[in-house]
Amino acid sequence: MEFWVDPIKVIFEWLMLTLTGWGLSGELAVVIVDLLGIIALIMGAMLLDIMLVWVERKVVARFQGRLGPNRVGPWGLFQPFPDIIKLIIKEDTTPVGADKLVFNLAPILSLASVIFLWAVLPLASTIVGVDLNVGLLYLVAAGAIGTLSIIMAGWSSNNKYALLGAYRMVANMVSYEIPMVVALLIPTVLSGTMSLKGITLAQSNVWFVVLSPLGALLFLIAAIAELGRSPFDLNEGESEIVSGFHIEYSGMKFGLFYAGELLHAFTFGAFIGVMFFGGWQWPLPWGEKYALVGIFNVLAKGMFFYWVIMWIKYTVPRIRIDHMLAFNWKFLTPLAFVLLMVTAIVHALFMNMAPWLYTLAMFLANVLVGWVTLEILRSNARKQRVAVEAPQPVAQH
Amino acid sequence: MDASQVIFILSAALILVSALLVVTVRNLIHAALWLIATLFGVAILYVLLEAGFLAVVQVVVYIGAIAIMFIFAVMLTRRDLLDKVPQTNENWPVALGVSALALVGIAFIVRGFVFSLDRIAAPLPENSLQMLGDALISPAAYVLPFEVASVLLLAAMIGAVYVAMNKK
Amino acid sequence: MIPLSWYLYLSAMLFAIGLYGVLARKNAIAILLGVELMLNAVNINLVAFWRYGDLAQMAGQVFAIIVFAVAASEVAVGLSLVISVYRRRNTVVANELDLMKW
Repeated sequence: MEFWVDPIKVIFEWLMLTLTGWGLSGELAVVIVDLLGIIALIMGAMLLDIMLVWVERKVVARFQGRLGPNRVGPWGLFQPFPDIIKLIIKEDTTPVGADKLVFNLAPILSLASVIFLWAVLPLASTIVGVDLNVGLLYLVAAGAIGTLSIIMAGWSSNNKYALLGAYRMVANMVSYEIPMVVALLIPTVLSGTMSLKGITLAQSNVWFVVLSPLGALLFLIAAIAELGRSPFDLNEGESEIVSGFHIEYSGMKFGLFYAGELLHAFTFGAFIGVMFFGGWQWPLPWGEKYALVGIFNVLAKGMFFYWVIMWIKYTVPRIRIDHMLAFNWKFLTPLAFVLLMVTAIVHALFMNMAPWLYTLAMFLANVLVGWVTLEILRSNARKQRVAVEAPQPVAQH
Repeated sequence: MDASQVIFILSAALILVSALLVVTVRNLIHAALWLIATLFGVAILYVLLEAGFLAVVQVVVYIGAIAIMFIFAVMLTRRDLLDKVPQTNENWPVALGVSALALVGIAFIVRGFVFSLDRIAAPLPENSLQMLGDALISPAAYVLPFEVASVLLLAAMIGAVYVAMNKK
Repeated sequence: MIPLSWYLYLSAMLFAIGLYGVLARKNAIAILLGVELMLNAVNINLVAFWRYGDLAQMAGQVFAIIVFAVAASEVAVGLSLVISVYRRRNTVVANELDLMKW
C-alpha cells in the first residue's frame, strides 16, 4: 500500500538498505542513489520523447488530411525506432571551416537546456527533482542556455543561412523572455511563492487559469515564441533560409535538436499545466495521494497543451520578423505589465475577503483588461483601415 | 575535505582557467564563449554561498542577455584579419605587471583583515529569499537604490538604441 | 566547510585577470569582456561577505543585484558605442581611435 502512495521513497529506502548492506558508507550511497534517480528521470523523459515523435507525425498528418505513419507496428506506433536507426547510421558531417568544438557542443546544450527543466517539474506531490524556491526563474535560466545553444550552432556552422536563423531566433527569444517573465510573475503574485510545488498546492481550491486567464494566454504565446514553433518559427523558416540554424547538422546531431524541440514543447505544456491548471491534482482526483496518478495527471495535461501548441503550429502561418518584434514590444510586453499591475492591485485589495469574492474580482479584472485591450486594438485597426482607404494624391512629385 | 570544498575547487578552476582564456584567446567569439563558462562558474559559487536567487539571475542576465549581446557585437564588428594578428597592444607587459601588483596588493589587504578569515558561515535562515525581497522594496532599506538602478537601466536602453541607431 | 578567505583570494585572482584583459587587449569589445570579469569578481566578494557576515543585513545581495543592473547598462551602452564607432571609422581597435589625440 505504501508503495502506491510514495513509490520513490520506498525504492529509495530499499536501494539505501541494499547499498549500505554491501558495505558502502551512507553519504556515498545517497550520492549513488541520487545519481540513479537523475538517470531514471532523464531516461523517462527521453522515452517520452521517442513517443512524442510518433504523436507529432501522426497529429500533423491528421491536420493536413493525411494518414501519417501506419506501417511499423499498430497505428505506426513503432515508427520512431526506424527514424532513430536512420539518424544513427547517417553520415555524421562537420562542414569545412566550422568551429568543431562549438559545432558539436551546440546540439548537446540544446537538449540539455530542456532536460534541465525536468529537474524542477513537480510530477506528483512526492516526486519532484528539486523544489527550488526560485523555480520559476530557473525556467527562464534554462531558456537562456537554449538561446546560447542556438547562437553557437548558427555561428559555428560557417553558413550564412545558419547565422541568419540564429540571429532571428535570438532576437525572438531575448525579446519574448520579457512577457514570459512577467507572465510568470502572475502565479507568483497569486500564490506568494516561486516554488513550483507551492504554486501547485496554492491551486487546490481554484486554478490560476480562473484567476488569470489572460496570464495563462500570455504565457502560452510567450512559450510558443520561446520554443521557436510556428507562427514564430523564423529561426527555421524552411522556405526562406532552409531550416536556419541547424541546416548543417546531420544524423544524430540533428536528431538531438529535433528531440530537444519536441520535448521542449511538451515540457512547456506540462509547466502550463502545473502553473495554471492545478498540476497533479486533476483530472483524476487521487493525484494528491497516489504519486502515480499525479504523474498521469501532469503528463496528461502536458500532452493536452503539447497538442494545443501543435494545433497552433499547423494552423497559423509564419509571421514576418518585424511584425513579430512589433507584436512583442508594442502589444505583448505592455499588456503583460498592465496585467501584472492589475493583478497585484486586485490581489492586495481583495486578499482578506471571502474566497469567492477574491476569485470573482480577479476574474472580472482579467476580463476588463482583455476587453479594453480588444477595444484599443479595434480602434487602431479602424484607424489603419481609414488611412489605407483614404484617397491618395495622384502625383506626388 | 568535504563535498562543498571539492565543488569549490572545481568551480574555481573553471572560473580561473576560462577567465584566463577570455583575456588571451585571439578569436573573440571564443573569448565570449569562455566568458560564459566563467559566468557559469560564478553562478555555481553563488549556489555554494546559498544565494540561489543570485545564481539564477546570474544565468538569466549574464548568460542570457549580456553574453549574447557580446556575441552579437563581435559578429557585427568582425574583420577576418583581426583573428590572425596578436590581440594585445604593445603595453601588455606593463598590464601584466600592473595586474600582478593589484593581485599582490589585494591579497596583502585580505591577509591584514581584522576579522578571522577562516570563519565559517552561520546556517542560513529559512526565509532568506523573502528577506532579500523585503530589503529591495522596503523604504527603510534599499528601495531608493533599487529604483535608481531601474531608471539607470531605462536610460541605458534608450541611450543604446539612440547611439546604435543607423541614422539615414 | 569553505572558509571566507578562499572566496576572497579567488575573487582577487579573477579581478587581476580582468584588469589584465582591460589593460592589454586591443579590441574594444575585449576590453569590455575584461570589465565584466572585474564586475563578477566584485560580486563574488559582495555575496561572500553577505554569507559570512551578518545574515540579517541583505546589503551584500542587494548590492550584487545593483551591480547586475549596472553591468547590463554598461554593456548595452558600451557595445552600442563600439558598433557606432565601427560604422564610422571601420575599426574597433582602441589604439586606432586617436582623433582627439595630439
